[in-house]
Amino acid sequence: MVGIVIISHSRTLADGVAEVARAMGVGQAVVEPAGGDSEGGLGTSIDLAEAAVAAADGGDGVVLLADLGSSVLTARTLIEDAERDDLLLADAPLVEGAVAAASMAATGADLATVHAAAESAFEHRKTR
Amino acid sequence: MRSADLADWIRHAAELVTADAGRLSRLDADIGDGDHGHNLDRGFRAAVGALPGGDVPPGKVLIAAGRAIVSKTGGASGPLYGTALRRAGKALGDAGEVDAAALGAALRAALDGVRELGKAERGDKTMVDALGPAADAYDAALADGSDLAGCVRAAAEAAAKGAEETVPMQARKGRASYLGARSVGHLDPGAASTALILGALADVTGEG
Repeated sequence: MVGIVIISHSRTLADGVAEVARAMGVGQAVVEPAGGDSEGGLGTSIDLAEAAVAAADGGDGVVLLADLGSSVLTARTLIEDAERDDLLLADAPLVEGAVAAASMAATGADLATVHAAAESAFEHRKTR
Repeated sequence: MRSADLADWIRHAAELVTADAGRLSRLDADIGDGDHGHNLDRGFRAAVGALPGGDVPPGKVLIAAGRAIVSKTGGASGPLYGTALRRAGKALGDAGEVDAAALGAALRAALDGVRELGKAERGDKTMVDALGPAADAYDAALADGSDLAGCVRAAAEAAAKGAEETVPMQARKGRASYLGARSVGHLDPGAASTALILGALADVTGEG
Protein backbone atom coordinates (compact mmCIF):
# COMPACT_ATOMS: atom_id res chain seq x y z
CA MET A 1 0.00 0.00 0.00
CA VAL A 2 1.16 3.54 -0.74
CA GLY A 3 2.19 5.33 2.46
CA ILE A 4 1.42 8.92 3.41
CA VAL A 5 3.57 11.34 5.40
CA ILE A 6 2.29 14.57 6.94
CA ILE A 7 4.96 17.24 7.50
CA SER A 8 3.87 20.20 9.60
CA HIS A 9 5.44 22.91 11.74
CA SER A 10 3.38 21.63 14.67
CA ARG A 11 3.48 18.17 16.18
CA THR A 12 -0.13 18.59 17.27
CA LEU A 13 -1.22 19.63 13.78
CA ALA A 14 0.61 16.75 12.07
CA ASP A 15 -0.79 14.25 14.56
CA GLY A 16 -4.31 15.64 14.10
CA VAL A 17 -4.17 15.58 10.32
CA ALA A 18 -2.87 12.00 10.47
CA GLU A 19 -5.71 11.07 12.83
CA VAL A 20 -8.35 12.46 10.47
CA ALA A 21 -6.71 10.94 7.39
CA ARG A 22 -6.41 7.50 9.00
CA ALA A 23 -10.10 7.61 9.89
CA MET A 24 -11.00 8.52 6.31
CA GLY A 25 -8.70 5.76 5.11
CA VAL A 26 -11.01 3.33 6.91
CA GLY A 27 -8.28 2.28 9.29
CA GLN A 28 -6.19 0.79 6.49
CA ALA A 29 -4.20 3.72 5.13
CA VAL A 30 -0.70 4.14 6.56
CA VAL A 31 -0.35 7.79 7.59
CA GLU A 32 2.74 8.90 9.50
CA PRO A 33 3.05 12.38 11.04
CA ALA A 34 6.30 14.39 11.18
CA GLY A 35 5.40 17.52 13.13
CA GLY A 36 7.52 20.13 14.85
CA ASP A 37 11.24 20.38 15.35
CA SER A 38 13.39 17.71 16.95
CA GLU A 39 12.65 19.09 20.44
CA GLY A 40 8.89 19.10 19.94
CA GLY A 41 8.67 22.86 19.41
CA LEU A 42 7.30 24.61 16.32
CA GLY A 43 9.51 24.06 13.29
CA THR A 44 10.49 21.32 10.90
CA SER A 45 12.94 18.48 11.17
CA ILE A 46 14.22 16.56 8.18
CA ASP A 47 15.28 13.78 10.55
CA LEU A 48 11.71 13.35 11.81
CA ALA A 49 10.42 13.50 8.23
CA GLU A 50 12.89 10.83 7.09
CA ALA A 51 11.86 8.59 10.00
CA ALA A 52 8.20 9.06 9.06
CA VAL A 53 8.94 8.16 5.43
CA ALA A 54 10.73 5.00 6.58
CA ALA A 55 7.76 4.10 8.79
CA ALA A 56 5.21 4.74 6.02
CA ASP A 57 7.18 2.97 3.31
CA GLY A 58 5.67 -0.42 2.57
CA GLY A 59 7.46 -0.76 -0.77
CA ASP A 60 4.79 0.85 -2.96
CA GLY A 61 5.97 4.45 -2.58
CA VAL A 62 5.12 7.35 -0.30
CA VAL A 63 3.15 10.55 -0.88
CA LEU A 64 4.28 13.52 1.21
CA LEU A 65 2.03 16.39 2.24
CA ALA A 66 3.47 19.54 3.79
CA ASP A 67 1.81 22.53 5.44
CA LEU A 68 3.88 25.54 4.32
CA GLY A 69 7.25 27.25 4.10
CA SER A 70 10.03 25.20 5.63
CA SER A 71 7.88 22.05 5.63
CA VAL A 72 7.65 22.26 1.85
CA LEU A 73 11.38 22.97 1.49
CA THR A 74 12.18 20.10 3.87
CA ALA A 75 10.01 17.71 1.83
CA ARG A 76 11.68 18.80 -1.43
CA THR A 77 15.14 18.42 0.12
CA LEU A 78 14.31 15.00 1.52
CA ILE A 79 13.11 13.78 -1.88
CA GLU A 80 16.21 15.14 -3.63
CA ASP A 81 18.51 13.50 -1.07
CA ALA A 82 16.72 10.16 -1.23
CA GLU A 83 17.39 9.88 -4.98
CA ARG A 84 14.26 7.74 -5.30
CA ASP A 85 11.45 8.11 -7.81
CA ASP A 86 8.81 6.63 -5.49
CA LEU A 87 8.62 9.59 -3.09
CA LEU A 88 6.27 12.32 -4.31
CA LEU A 89 5.34 15.66 -2.74
CA ALA A 90 1.68 16.49 -3.35
CA ASP A 91 0.85 20.07 -4.34
CA ALA A 92 -2.25 20.09 -2.18
CA PRO A 93 -3.91 21.69 0.86
CA LEU A 94 -2.77 19.72 3.92
CA VAL A 95 -5.97 18.34 5.45
CA GLU A 96 -7.94 17.86 2.26
CA GLY A 97 -4.95 16.39 0.46
CA ALA A 98 -4.22 13.97 3.29
CA VAL A 99 -7.82 12.80 3.43
CA ALA A 100 -7.98 12.35 -0.35
CA ALA A 101 -4.65 10.48 -0.40
CA ALA A 102 -5.61 8.22 2.52
CA SER A 103 -8.99 7.44 0.98
CA MET A 104 -7.38 6.46 -2.31
CA ALA A 105 -4.45 4.60 -0.72
CA ALA A 106 -6.88 2.45 1.27
CA THR A 107 -8.28 1.11 -2.02
CA GLY A 108 -4.84 -0.29 -2.89
CA ALA A 109 -4.29 2.23 -5.69
CA ASP A 110 -0.76 2.83 -7.01
CA LEU A 111 1.52 5.77 -6.21
CA ALA A 112 0.56 7.94 -9.20
CA THR A 113 -3.15 7.48 -8.45
CA VAL A 114 -2.78 8.31 -4.75
CA HIS A 115 -0.65 11.37 -5.62
CA ALA A 116 -3.26 12.53 -8.16
CA ALA A 117 -6.02 12.05 -5.58
CA ALA A 118 -4.13 14.26 -3.12
CA GLU A 119 -3.66 16.98 -5.74
CA SER A 120 -7.33 16.77 -6.76
CA ALA A 121 -8.20 18.09 -3.29
CA PHE A 122 -7.70 21.63 -4.64
CA GLU A 123 -10.88 21.17 -6.68
CA HIS A 124 -13.11 20.74 -3.63
CA ARG A 125 -14.11 24.35 -3.07
CA LYS A 126 -15.85 25.61 0.07
CA THR A 127 -18.02 28.50 -1.04
CA ARG A 128 -19.14 27.30 -4.42
CA MET B 1 41.93 27.49 -0.94
CA ARG B 2 42.16 24.20 0.85
CA SER B 3 39.86 22.33 3.24
CA ALA B 4 41.16 24.19 6.27
CA ASP B 5 40.29 27.55 4.66
CA LEU B 6 36.69 26.49 4.02
CA ALA B 7 36.43 25.12 7.56
CA ASP B 8 37.72 28.52 8.78
CA TRP B 9 34.98 30.18 6.74
CA ILE B 10 32.25 28.03 8.31
CA ARG B 11 33.63 28.74 11.81
CA HIS B 12 33.90 32.48 11.15
CA ALA B 13 30.41 32.57 9.60
CA ALA B 14 29.09 30.80 12.69
CA GLU B 15 30.71 33.45 14.91
CA LEU B 16 29.18 36.28 12.89
CA VAL B 17 25.76 34.60 12.86
CA THR B 18 25.90 34.11 16.62
CA ALA B 19 26.87 37.77 17.11
CA ASP B 20 24.12 38.94 14.74
CA ALA B 21 21.38 36.44 15.65
CA GLY B 22 19.38 39.04 17.56
CA ARG B 23 19.42 41.52 14.68
CA LEU B 24 18.48 38.85 12.11
CA SER B 25 15.59 37.62 14.25
CA ARG B 26 14.37 41.20 14.76
CA LEU B 27 14.42 41.77 10.98
CA ASP B 28 12.47 38.53 10.64
CA ALA B 29 9.98 39.61 13.32
CA ASP B 30 9.07 42.62 11.13
CA ILE B 31 7.87 40.52 8.16
CA GLY B 32 8.45 36.85 9.03
CA ASP B 33 8.10 34.65 12.08
CA GLY B 34 10.95 36.16 14.08
CA ASP B 35 13.25 33.17 14.34
CA HIS B 36 15.72 33.56 11.45
CA GLY B 37 18.79 34.55 13.45
CA HIS B 38 18.31 31.98 16.17
CA ASN B 39 17.52 29.19 13.70
CA LEU B 40 20.60 29.99 11.64
CA ASP B 41 22.71 30.20 14.80
CA ARG B 42 21.61 26.68 15.73
CA GLY B 43 22.32 25.48 12.19
CA PHE B 44 25.80 26.99 11.90
CA ARG B 45 26.79 25.75 15.37
CA ALA B 46 25.82 22.27 14.17
CA ALA B 47 27.82 22.84 10.98
CA VAL B 48 30.92 23.70 13.01
CA GLY B 49 30.41 20.53 15.01
CA ALA B 50 30.11 18.49 11.82
CA LEU B 51 33.28 19.77 10.13
CA PRO B 52 35.31 16.73 9.09
CA GLY B 53 38.77 16.29 10.51
CA GLY B 54 41.80 15.17 8.55
CA ASP B 55 42.73 15.92 4.98
CA VAL B 56 39.41 15.66 3.12
CA PRO B 57 38.69 17.44 -0.18
CA PRO B 58 37.33 20.99 0.30
CA GLY B 59 34.03 19.99 -1.30
CA LYS B 60 33.43 17.48 1.47
CA VAL B 61 33.77 20.22 4.09
CA LEU B 62 30.88 22.13 2.52
CA ILE B 63 28.76 19.00 2.05
CA ALA B 64 29.17 18.05 5.74
CA ALA B 65 28.36 21.58 6.87
CA GLY B 66 25.33 21.72 4.58
CA ARG B 67 23.97 18.45 5.81
CA ALA B 68 24.19 19.60 9.45
CA ILE B 69 22.46 22.87 8.58
CA VAL B 70 19.60 21.07 6.81
CA SER B 71 19.18 18.78 9.79
CA LYS B 72 19.45 21.20 12.71
CA THR B 73 18.25 24.65 11.63
CA GLY B 74 14.50 24.08 12.02
CA GLY B 75 13.23 26.78 9.65
CA ALA B 76 13.17 27.45 5.90
CA SER B 77 16.75 28.70 6.08
CA GLY B 78 17.89 25.15 6.91
CA PRO B 79 17.01 23.51 3.58
CA LEU B 80 18.00 26.69 1.70
CA TYR B 81 21.46 27.27 3.19
CA GLY B 82 22.02 23.52 3.46
CA THR B 83 21.26 23.09 -0.23
CA ALA B 84 23.48 26.06 -1.11
CA LEU B 85 26.46 24.58 0.74
CA ARG B 86 25.92 21.03 -0.49
CA ARG B 87 25.52 22.13 -4.12
CA ALA B 88 28.67 24.22 -3.79
CA GLY B 89 30.47 21.25 -2.27
CA LYS B 90 29.34 18.94 -5.06
CA ALA B 91 30.51 21.48 -7.64
CA LEU B 92 33.98 21.46 -6.07
CA GLY B 93 34.09 17.68 -6.50
CA ASP B 94 37.11 15.78 -5.23
CA ALA B 95 39.72 18.41 -6.10
CA GLY B 96 42.24 18.98 -3.31
CA GLU B 97 42.55 22.69 -3.95
CA VAL B 98 40.01 25.34 -4.94
CA ASP B 99 41.07 28.05 -7.41
CA ALA B 100 39.18 31.22 -8.27
CA ALA B 101 37.30 29.66 -11.21
CA ALA B 102 36.22 26.64 -9.16
CA LEU B 103 34.94 28.81 -6.32
CA GLY B 104 32.96 30.89 -8.81
CA ALA B 105 31.38 27.76 -10.25
CA ALA B 106 30.54 26.62 -6.71
CA LEU B 107 28.89 29.96 -5.92
CA ARG B 108 26.85 29.69 -9.11
CA ALA B 109 25.83 26.11 -8.20
CA ALA B 110 24.74 27.32 -4.76
CA LEU B 111 22.58 30.03 -6.35
CA ASP B 112 21.02 27.55 -8.78
CA GLY B 113 20.26 25.14 -5.91
CA VAL B 114 18.54 27.82 -3.85
CA ARG B 115 16.50 29.05 -6.83
CA GLU B 116 15.42 25.52 -7.68
CA LEU B 117 14.43 24.62 -4.12
CA GLY B 118 12.71 27.86 -3.17
CA LYS B 119 11.33 28.68 -6.66
CA ALA B 120 12.38 32.27 -6.01
CA GLU B 121 13.67 34.73 -8.58
CA ARG B 122 15.36 38.08 -8.20
CA GLY B 123 13.01 40.75 -6.96
CA ASP B 124 11.01 38.34 -4.77
CA LYS B 125 12.68 39.82 -1.64
CA THR B 126 14.63 36.70 -0.64
CA MET B 127 18.22 35.56 -0.23
CA VAL B 128 18.36 35.22 -4.03
CA ASP B 129 18.49 39.03 -4.14
CA ALA B 130 21.86 38.86 -2.36
CA LEU B 131 23.21 35.59 -3.74
CA GLY B 132 22.38 36.37 -7.38
CA PRO B 133 24.25 39.70 -7.53
CA ALA B 134 27.12 38.06 -5.60
CA ALA B 135 27.52 35.32 -8.23
CA ASP B 136 27.39 37.90 -11.04
CA ALA B 137 29.93 40.18 -9.35
CA TYR B 138 32.22 37.23 -8.71
CA ASP B 139 32.14 36.21 -12.37
CA ALA B 140 32.71 39.79 -13.51
CA ALA B 141 35.72 40.17 -11.20
CA LEU B 142 37.09 36.85 -12.43
CA ALA B 143 36.72 37.96 -16.04
CA ASP B 144 38.59 41.17 -15.16
CA GLY B 145 41.51 39.09 -13.90
CA SER B 146 40.98 39.42 -10.14
CA ASP B 147 42.47 36.80 -7.86
CA LEU B 148 40.30 34.64 -5.61
CA ALA B 149 40.32 37.11 -2.72
CA GLY B 150 39.37 39.96 -5.06
CA CYS B 151 36.52 37.95 -6.59
CA VAL B 152 35.17 37.05 -3.14
CA ARG B 153 35.43 40.67 -2.01
CA ALA B 154 33.42 41.77 -5.06
CA ALA B 155 30.83 39.05 -4.37
CA ALA B 156 30.49 40.04 -0.70
CA GLU B 157 30.07 43.72 -1.59
CA ALA B 158 27.43 42.86 -4.20
CA ALA B 159 25.59 40.69 -1.67
CA ALA B 160 25.52 43.52 0.86
CA LYS B 161 24.24 45.95 -1.79
CA GLY B 162 21.70 43.39 -3.03
CA ALA B 163 20.42 42.88 0.50
CA GLU B 164 19.90 46.64 0.96
CA GLU B 165 17.98 46.69 -2.31
CA THR B 166 15.38 44.31 -0.86
CA VAL B 167 14.08 47.13 1.38
CA PRO B 168 11.67 48.66 -1.18
CA MET B 169 10.65 45.29 -2.60
CA GLN B 170 7.31 43.61 -1.98
CA ALA B 171 7.79 40.01 -0.84
CA ARG B 172 6.60 37.25 -3.14
CA LYS B 173 7.86 34.25 -1.14
CA GLY B 174 7.49 33.01 2.42
CA ARG B 175 5.42 34.39 5.26
CA ALA B 176 6.26 37.97 4.27
CA SER B 177 4.36 37.46 1.00
CA TYR B 178 1.10 37.19 2.96
CA LEU B 179 1.61 40.82 4.02
CA GLY B 180 1.41 42.15 0.46
CA ALA B 181 2.35 45.84 0.28
CA ARG B 182 3.02 45.87 4.05
CA SER B 183 6.23 43.91 3.41
CA VAL B 184 7.67 46.99 1.65
CA GLY B 185 10.17 49.04 3.65
CA HIS B 186 11.84 46.16 5.47
CA LEU B 187 15.21 44.53 4.86
CA ASP B 188 14.79 40.84 3.99
CA PRO B 189 16.41 38.78 6.75
CA GLY B 190 17.51 35.99 4.39
CA ALA B 191 19.26 38.46 2.10
CA ALA B 192 20.85 40.06 5.19
CA SER B 193 22.21 36.73 6.45
CA THR B 194 23.50 35.85 2.97
CA ALA B 195 25.46 39.11 2.93
CA LEU B 196 26.80 38.33 6.41
CA ILE B 197 27.95 34.82 5.44
CA LEU B 198 29.61 35.95 2.20
CA GLY B 199 31.24 38.75 4.20
CA ALA B 200 32.69 36.04 6.43
CA LEU B 201 34.18 34.37 3.35
CA ALA B 202 35.73 37.68 2.28
CA ASP B 203 37.23 38.09 5.77
CA VAL B 204 38.80 34.65 5.59
CA THR B 205 40.15 34.89 2.02
CA GLY B 206 41.32 38.47 2.58
CA GLU B 207 43.66 37.39 5.35
CA GLY B 208 45.80 35.28 3.02
